[in-house]
Amino acid sequence: MGEAIVITSGKGGVGKTTTTANIGTALALSGKKVCLVDTDIGLRNLDVIMGLEHRIIYDLVDVVEGVCRLKQALIKDKRFNALSLLPAAQTKDKNAVTPEQMKEIVDELKNEFDYVLIDCPAGIERGFKNAVAGADHAIVITTPEVSAVRDADRIIGLLEAERQISPPKLIINRIRPHMMKNGEIMDVEEVVSILAIDLLGIVPDDENIIRSSNYGEPVALNPEIKGGLAYRNIARRILGETVPLIKLEDKPGFFTKAKRILGIR
Amino acid sequence: MAKKQNVSIKGTKDGLVFLINDDCSFDDAINELKDILENTHQNILDGPPTKVTIKVGYRNFSTEQYKRLKEVFKAKENLLVEKIENELDKLKNRVESQVKVITGTIRSGQVYQHQGNILLIGDINPGGFLKATGDIYVIGSLRGIAHAGYDGDESSIIAAAIMEPTQLRIGKSVSFAVEQWGEMDNSKNLFAYVKNNEIVLEKYQHISRLNRDFMGTLY
Repeated sequence: MGEAIVITSGKGGVGKTTTTANIGTALALSGKKVCLVDTDIGLRNLDVIMGLEHRIIYDLVDVVEGVCRLKQALIKDKRFNALSLLPAAQTKDKNAVTPEQMKEIVDELKNEFDYVLIDCPAGIERGFKNAVAGADHAIVITTPEVSAVRDADRIIGLLEAERQISPPKLIINRIRPHMMKNGEIMDVEEVVSILAIDLLGIVPDDENIIRSSNYGEPVALNPEIKGGLAYRNIARRILGETVPLIKLEDKPGFFTKAKRILGIR
Repeated sequence: MAKKQNVSIKGTKDGLVFLINDDCSFDDAINELKDILENTHQNILDGPPTKVTIKVGYRNFSTEQYKRLKEVFKAKENLLVEKIENELDKLKNRVESQVKVITGTIRSGQVYQHQGNILLIGDINPGGFLKATGDIYVIGSLRGIAHAGYDGDESSIIAAAIMEPTQLRIGKSVSFAVEQWGEMDNSKNLFAYVKNNEIVLEKYQHISRLNRDFMGTLY
């Protein structure tokens, strides 16, 4: 029996879908069987970021309406067999599915996969309720912006009221180290102290993440990129390992410093 | 026929005490009281002015009923109703003067409401709202909105270990915190109270200067 994790934020555009795609990829890289579920019916994106939009035949709403079986709607990732996607419908809206139906689907997927990652739409309405219905755990994404933190706080309150979900964990996304250092945006400690939940990881604001999302190649595939490493670390923490937070700033090493003092380039 | 007595009278050194049973209907009690005052005990109750205390037990009274009760006594000019004692009111006062302790974080969009005083071990986050009819004490950060004495008691206070509210309200007074006080150098261990119709902040140490009863003071 696998675990279902909902990835949510309240506010839109903080990186829920990118995070879902990358954590899913990183977990699959560790040899786990993973299914990504896009619950953003009407505004689906996860398929694009995974580079799988051409392969969609059936979707979540088709499964609910009995047009196809659940297995038929699952799309295998082109890179790993262990990774599958259940896409959302683009032509319907959130009301096409009820929380009970969603829970049934997630429960069925949990029999098949080690991890079911549920990508939640923005907002606190039906789409949110659908997404959390079948979840055992929750990851809350925020950026270090006041408005995003405010919405994350609201979402945490709603998640804490859902009895079946374990205490939510936090990912702080889009961190700009120099702005944090100058005190222009909240730092990691401040965000964690307000939200008062466990920190699962931090992800830097990295152009590579945007670029790879556009190409449909999750950045977690490449650990040389800082963003990719950040997502891999998060996946390792989900698997129960203890991994220190990544260093956001490139500190000059001993030799670089020594060379600088000696005036050597 | 022996009728059950709903009203009895006792004499004390402070005057007369009327005991009204709380297990009969209000109308029965009033009628019996009228009967006593106007017919049966008329002679005894005539005389010099006397103070009267009415004890009504655990009876749920409406304001209308209080009025009717007083009206009955108005017919007897020598009987001066000093006070009406209701055990329910006493009980309510006792509950409200206690401090209720709650733990946890009041998050954005959450509202917690309480009749009486409240002690929160935890934070009120921006967008969170805690309201009480009495005082509010926060052991933690107050970053959201706190409303003390929300049913009108302007003598209530709001105290917080870290006072960084979006807004404070006491009774009918409102303060927009930072807009009003500016960025504070020290937001630790402060309490807010109403002074000349305005909410002001003071350090904990000066709390005893408020001319008010708290649970207990050191000296």
